[in-house]
Amino acid sequence: MSILIDETTPVLVQGMTGDKGTFHAKEMIAYGTNVVGGVTPGKGGGTHLDRPVFNTVKEAVKATGGTTSITFVAPAFCADAIMEAADAGVRLICSITDGIPAQDMMRVKRYLMRYPKDRRPMMVGPNCAGIISPGKAMLGIMPGHIYLQGKVGIISRSGTLGYEAASQMKAKNIGISTSVGIGGDPINGSSFLDHLALFEEDPETEAVLMIGEIGGPQEAEASAWIKDNMSKPVIGFVAGLTAPKGRRMGHAGAIISAVGDSASEKAEIMRSCGLTVAPNPSEFGSTVAGVLAKRPERRAAV
Amino acid sequence: MDVHEYQAKELLASFGVPVPKGAVAFSPDQAVYAATELGGWNWAVKAQIHAGARGKAGGIKLCKTYHEVRDAAALLLGKRLVTIQTGPEGKPVQRVYIEVAEPFDRELYLGYVLDRKAERIRVIASQRGGMEIEEIARTEPEAILQVVVEPAVGLQAFQARELAFQLGLSIKQAQSAVSTIMNAYRAFRDCDAIMLEINPLVVAKDDRVLALDAKMSFDDNALFRRHNVADMHDPSQQDPREAQAAEHNLNYIGLDGEIGCIVNGAGLAMATMDMIKHAGGTPANFLDVGGGASPERIATALKLVLSDAKVRAVLVNIFAGINRCDWVAKGVVQACETVDVKVPLVVRLAGTNVEEGQKILAESGLKLITADTLAEAAEKAVAACQGSPRAAA
Repeated sequence: MSILIDETTPVLVQGMTGDKGTFHAKEMIAYGTNVVGGVTPGKGGGTHLDRPVFNTVKEAVKATGGTTSITFVAPAFCADAIMEAADAGVRLICSITDGIPAQDMMRVKRYLMRYPKDRRPMMVGPNCAGIISPGKAMLGIMPGHIYLQGKVGIISRSGTLGYEAASQMKAKNIGISTSVGIGGDPINGSSFLDHLALFEEDPETEAVLMIGEIGGPQEAEASAWIKDNMSKPVIGFVAGLTAPKGRRMGHAGAIISAVGDSASEKAEIMRSCGLTVAPNPSEFGSTVAGVLAKRPERRAAV
Repeated sequence: MDVHEYQAKELLASFGVPVPKGAVAFSPDQAVYAATELGGWNWAVKAQIHAGARGKAGGIKLCKTYHEVRDAAALLLGKRLVTIQTGPEGKPVQRVYIEVAEPFDRELYLGYVLDRKAERIRVIASQRGGMEIEEIARTEPEAILQVVVEPAVGLQAFQARELAFQLGLSIKQAQSAVSTIMNAYRAFRDCDAIMLEINPLVVAKDDRVLALDAKMSFDDNALFRRHNVADMHDPSQQDPREAQAAEHNLNYIGLDGEIGCIVNGAGLAMATMDMIKHAGGTPANFLDVGGGASPERIATALKLVLSDAKVRAVLVNIFAGINRCDWVAKGVVQACETVDVKVPLVVRLAGTNVEEGQKILAESGLKLITADTLAEAAEKAVAACQGSPRAAA
């Protein structure tokens, strides 16, 4: 089944007519994503990549039935684009944009809270690579060909480190059900925990790889939740063992500024909650393979 | 982005936060002139650097005469000040702040931070001013007062009162404190700060509550809409290589090791540094070239990494997604033609068009060491480093 997106999901591309939007929309369409339209204020009424373009997300949703959007919108306007999508009834909003001010994201999260839980849109990102359900659909900027379709879910803050993991797993013939990038910002639309819950319910996913990094409470929160709620095995990794304290390592959210923020502390918490922690970043593939091989059904088959 | 104490006070004052009278000076003469203009009988001459713990390091001098002001400024200016927060190299003092020194009764703590867990702005206050907040949190956690701001409505006066009435102040002082707390919050919000620390917040003889020190950090992502803050940037307070990198839009952080790194993506860059350590080496830097691995950017990145005299080998790790490995390989080859790379260079490419990319590197005639996996790249870099003479930058 995969989570969040598949080949039927109707997708709207916010900012589709821009350079980035055009390039990535083309890649997404080529991958098989059901892109149904685009939104660029001022370009409504035209077509782009054989799809209709609208001035507002509301019009786009009404005309196309789009339920999911991806924003290729500059940082200064992105929070607005996300809130517009939420207001228009979009249920899954993915933002690739790197550079949204933290207080804007604080306000976006607060805005999403105006909806009761059952109607609240899921937001993924910002500053992420997007979401891919291999063999079905891609909502993002990742290179589709490095993902084999299969049964392991990935949740990652980093884009390229997520690609590294997928690629190591492909080399071992291990496929991915869905890979979700939650992004590198300090305040994000959804956390590890939000997607772990979805993977736990997904019949196609048998194990999950969680790729974290220094800074913030989300790896610890997820680990605590896993201990009490997750029946499927989780493999964890935390980048930044060699990162110095107090420095922002590229990602706005990757900074050791509080107790519990460091890679070693997070890895220790993961272990104590029953996760299998990959010993180094070149062992994603082998660690996942090891965990999959240990599953009871596999043992019985052998 | 960090700013100096005097700049933080300037911003706070513009939002109505009371601060002592003061003026910045770039020379001993200016310092004396500032003192005469400010009036008063006692002044603090404070070294302006992007780090705390200046007092204990001799960076703050109390003066009673204009001669003392001049001497203090002459002593501090033009030198590097080393405090427990600067690291052994210290930071250059190019500005001093002359502040009218008045007696005050109490030292309190007031801080604002963007709390990631709560996804809200948190206001922290304490009667224990003048100490590090971590110290207070350790020894007297019950002395820390907190309120969290609801983003939909902002900090409310009742919340400021809640803090003020627990700070042991008289009614008049509490009124001044409420105003200060509200105004400092507005400065935090309207300047897109990520941290504001007023330590100590003091109570003057006339019952005004003022900021005796102020440290402020701002969201780099918001500088595009905060020109007044962006204009306060002082590159002298940064490692020169980091300042240079920022100019070229490269994300660079200097470390102490011997293997230079050039990677695309922050997480992969951290993982590469981790892998080098795992393989027995030491990373010399963090460098994220981001999504644009063009020949020019790789050349700039190479020059930057090589300008670190400690670097004895360089590892380039690019996972090409949108960029294709053949383009990246061409970029590396072109970069090597313009930059004199005197140390071993290990290149690992992965992703789109990896075979074409590896072919280009192999046929380039350059003395490159190639690797297929992250593990191989780290091992080869460590081995190359051990066999390499020290690089002359």
